[in-house]
Amino acid sequence: MKDLKIDTEDNLHAEAWAKSTARNKLPKHVPPDHPSQYGNFSLPRNQQNWVDPSVPDHTLRPQEPYEGFNQPSENQSNHPHNPSSVQDIGLQMNDIIEINKILDWDPRTMLSNLSFLKQKIHQLQDLVDLIVGRRSPTMGRPDELVTQQQQLITADLTSIIVQLISTAGSLLPSVKNSLSAAGPSIPAEQLGQLGGVILNTSSSVNAAALPLSSDGGTKVIADQPNPVDPTSHLVIEHLDEHESKDEEDVEDGENLPPGSYEILQLEKEEILAPHTHFCTICGKGFKRDANLRMHMRGHGDEYKTPAALAKPHKDTGSEPVLIKRYSCPYVGCKRNKDHKKFQPLKTILCVKNHYKRTHCDKRYTCSRCNTKKFSVIADLKTHEKHCGKDKWLCSCGTTFSRKDKLFGHITLFQGHTPAIPLDEAKGQAGPSTQGETNEESHKLGNMNFGFASDGEVQDLMEDVKGMVDEPSGYYSPLTFDSSNFGGFNEFPRPSFDDPEGAFSFLIPGSCNYTRKSGGESTSTNNLS
Amino acid sequence: MKKQKLSSSSSSSSSFHSDRENSNNPFDALSDEIVFLILDHLLPRSLDAKSFSLVCKSFYSIESLHRRHLRPLRTRHLPSVLSRYPNLSRLDLSLCPRVSDSTLDLLSSFPSVSPSLRSIDLSRSRFFTSSGLSSLALRCSNLVDVDVSNATDMRDAGAAALAQAKNLERLRMTRCKMVTDIGIGCVAVGCRKLKELVLKWCLGVGDLGVGLVAVKCKELRTLDVSYLPISNKCVPSIVKLPYLEDLFLEGCYGIDDDGLAVLKDGCNSLKTLDISSCQSISHVGIPSIGSGYASLKHLNLSYGIPVRVFKVTPTLADGLKKLSMLQTLKLDGCMVTISGLKALGDCCASLTEISLSKCAGVTDEGLSFLVTKHGQLKKFDLTCCRKITEVSIAHITRSCTALTSLRMESCTLVPKEAFMLIGQRCAYLEELDLTENEIDDEGLEYISRCTRIRVLKLGICLDITDKGLSCIGASCPELIELDLYRSAGVTDTGISSIARGCPNLEMINVAYCNGITDTSLAALSKCSSLNTLECRGCPLVTSVGISAVAVSCRQLTKLDIKKCGNIDDSGMIPLARHSQNLRQINLSYTSVTDVGLLSLASVSCLQSMTILHLKGLTASGLAAALLACGGLTKVKLQTLFRSKLPHLLLNHLEARGCTFHWRNKVFQVEVDAKCWKLQIEDDNTVE
Repeated sequence: MKDLKIDTEDNLHAEAWAKSTARNKLPKHVPPDHPSQYGNFSLPRNQQNWVDPSVPDHTLRPQEPYEGFNQPSENQSNHPHNPSSVQDIGLQMNDIIEINKILDWDPRTMLSNLSFLKQKIHQLQDLVDLIVGRRSPTMGRPDELVTQQQQLITADLTSIIVQLISTAGSLLPSVKNSLSAAGPSIPAEQLGQLGGVILNTSSSVNAAALPLSSDGGTKVIADQPNPVDPTSHLVIEHLDEHESKDEEDVEDGENLPPGSYEILQLEKEEILAPHTHFCTICGKGFKRDANLRMHMRGHGDEYKTPAALAKPHKDTGSEPVLIKRYSCPYVGCKRNKDHKKFQPLKTILCVKNHYKRTHCDKRYTCSRCNTKKFSVIADLKTHEKHCGKDKWLCSCGTTFSRKDKLFGHITLFQGHTPAIPLDEAKGQAGPSTQGETNEESHKLGNMNFGFASDGEVQDLMEDVKGMVDEPSGYYSPLTFDSSNFGGFNEFPRPSFDDPEGAFSFLIPGSCNYTRKSGGESTSTNNLS
Repeated sequence: MKKQKLSSSSSSSSSFHSDRENSNNPFDALSDEIVFLILDHLLPRSLDAKSFSLVCKSFYSIESLHRRHLRPLRTRHLPSVLSRYPNLSRLDLSLCPRVSDSTLDLLSSFPSVSPSLRSIDLSRSRFFTSSGLSSLALRCSNLVDVDVSNATDMRDAGAAALAQAKNLERLRMTRCKMVTDIGIGCVAVGCRKLKELVLKWCLGVGDLGVGLVAVKCKELRTLDVSYLPISNKCVPSIVKLPYLEDLFLEGCYGIDDDGLAVLKDGCNSLKTLDISSCQSISHVGIPSIGSGYASLKHLNLSYGIPVRVFKVTPTLADGLKKLSMLQTLKLDGCMVTISGLKALGDCCASLTEISLSKCAGVTDEGLSFLVTKHGQLKKFDLTCCRKITEVSIAHITRSCTALTSLRMESCTLVPKEAFMLIGQRCAYLEELDLTENEIDDEGLEYISRCTRIRVLKLGICLDITDKGLSCIGASCPELIELDLYRSAGVTDTGISSIARGCPNLEMINVAYCNGITDTSLAALSKCSSLNTLECRGCPLVTSVGISAVAVSCRQLTKLDIKKCGNIDDSGMIPLARHSQNLRQINLSYTSVTDVGLLSLASVSCLQSMTILHLKGLTASGLAAALLACGGLTKVKLQTLFRSKLPHLLLNHLEARGCTFHWRNKVFQVEVDAKCWKLQIEDDNTVE
């Protein structure tokens, strides 16, 4: 029962979000009365908006077993994370919401609330600035002070959030009213009433909004499914940019004048959260909204309408939407907004990939080669597709899956040269072996044992496995010294898939070994 | 001068033996350097240097110090040879049937050779692998010139081994078919000083390899990428080569008009451009050449344009006009039109060499116009321009009096009177190809006025006889090469007068001139420079004639006595004894038996033998002969011997570097020249 309750409250929360976006065209980001203060204002505001509530949320989430999400129709199990995440705030919030629900929506109240919030945010911003300013000289300080500061900020932020949510919550009844006026059929769900309303809201509002302004409509869809995770706002709005994996490359071409875009910064924990889209019904998490929408079809016919399935796209219409760019939370990073040559990141996905690639450990190791490590799992998967297939080899040990890439690399770097794979040996060794042995046998009889000089022994062996020792010969001319023959027999012949394969040809011993074995085989041939 | 010196030195050689400082020796007055200078003038004839070195110990050591170039026949004696010649810089191993890694290792580890060796030719050698090349490249650090053409087994590792020769300036890799972009990439990175690179027929090399070569080897002067599967993609990098002078793109199907357009934007230094057999380049692209290469001297467009129509459009004419430096233009195999030839006459700068070989559409009208505009013409190739008549010849001879080379094989409509004009007007002719023409004795009489003539081809000229040939012999002392293939009217008298009048004769072909007897050969034995004698199908020639040639013509390297049924073992023995330079012999259909064949084994140079339909030959005799001839690289045999010869023997011979060509031809009865020509014509009409 507790679950259910929290769920309800959560949905309520969601409704608040949905509503605010739908009605006010992103009022939270674009306060119409303060356009000039944008640069200063938006930043902390946004931070406050969606960074803070998620802090407790996401830190806990990764510990939850995934199985919990995999029960699509079990509504009871939904949002197992919510109790822990929003619990503290949630209880307070609930009260406020309850109060606000009774009231009708009053724009003036809203305005005063917002200006109050603004003041508070300014204060908080100053405080944080102070801390940031002091941080560098006080690196050696005990952790205690830092934690104190953090607690202080957290407390302030919490109150701001509560305020904001309550403000937004004031909008709730009006939405409800409009809905009841339209009189849609409420789906028979086991959900709490409000949940049902919300689900319904999305579709009906959407349907109503689309003909007029697809912007509002899509926003609603976009926002609705995952009210829990505010990050999703941003992700969804840039869904079409998900394809651009390499945020840095994409980004560099762009040259937006500072101030022409809004800078958002996610916190580390948020960035590292695995999923950003959650099903409101079963709680299953998704990385992509499109996948969530596909998933939602399983929850009822109302999600199967073309409008619900449609890709939310930006409206090119009347109101210009301010471009959003992202800042990396890592101080000192070029992608951090405080950096002198700040280069913003384009999408939330870019933020995530950038943060993981640049500031996180490379946790994923390729199981095949055991050398390559990645911090973004997709990179590992991409690598695994080609791992072992990188047959184009440079003398520096770098492998390439494509020949033209190798040649590009060689063109670029002085002194690098293509390396010859070991398995090329077979072709050429054949005929020369035969020739050599035949002639030598003709001349000298059982010459392999009659050989005295190193030169001839070598010659024979090199004939036999001429190609094999080739690379080694390239790198160290000394390999031709017959003195190398002895000690390296224990070296196994390196296979090309060897983890160290790229460098194995640099070990002269390994090559000499094969040469030696080749020589032996010939000698037996001659004996027979 | 040489003889003088030799005689004087031999006279004083007795006092020479012990001490060079002996004052009795007049040669003490000469420093080694002066003798070196004298030797410099000797060298083209290798035998002279040899005789010089045999005079005395002192000369021997001088010659050893002086010699820079060496072309050994076997690798077996290489150690002693190398220690004899410490200053060797160029080593040509192309005559050695087998050059294994041990040879190359030996070479490169030889203390005197490794620092001085600058050039090595492995173009016909086999059996060496990358390790041999690697030690060569690493130890002979001054190596500048390497030829590994025809190393069809060589792979990327071999190329990578070569790439270690950092100072390489010239690398020829024709037909190294197994080498890929990777190997060439190694060469490009390793040999940054390359000035000449030949990759013709290296079918494994594509855009990437050639592109990398062009990026890395900025010193390149000559680049041959003929028949490579390259496309326009590598052209931009080639264009950026600052010093490129000669570019060969023969048979590069992937390069089209667009590539050519890119090419013209750079390459200001380009002097030679060969885009023959580039099927993708059309007449649309060719004009762009003109706008780009101001310094172009040689242009080869042969067999290029897909439909083989050389349409001369105004743009093309404009383009060619801009090539003010152009000297050579080759349009072989193109379909040219009258207007095309006229435009060529109008728009090209004065050319010195034009080749219209096998161009359909060459007519009197067009040609006449062309030659009047190019009076400076020195070389003119009209092979198989079958439509031209005496009108053309009249114009050519009138306009191009400086002509040194005229090739007009198979210009069958040219009447015999026309050749008089050639003789009258082209006094500077050095090369004349009249194969399959209507020339007669009177014509030859006029031709004999071209006293500078060196190469004369009169094959299948059925109307010429001894009379005409005697005129040539009487007045053309410079003649080096004479081709009388199937000119059956020629007999001993003609050949004798040639032999008398042309002491420098090096090559003569009297094949199927069935009137030839031993008298001719005896006369030819006076030509001491003779190196090639072809007397196929001369049934009257016997061992006596061959003996006469063998004894006197020490330079003989190629001998073809196929179908000379009267030649037997007694001809082979003097040959084996005296013709120590003989490299190639064809003995098919002769009466030579095991004995004769076996005696040839003493000719250490012998590399190629064709032995078909020898009645007296047995399997064991053949086996013994093959085994005894250590230097064989190519033997043509009848298929039936394949089963008769022991398998092990064949394997052994192949391992020594010999390849076998098995033939299963039936015995053919010979017909006379006129019959033969009629047969040919019949065959042609049937086709």
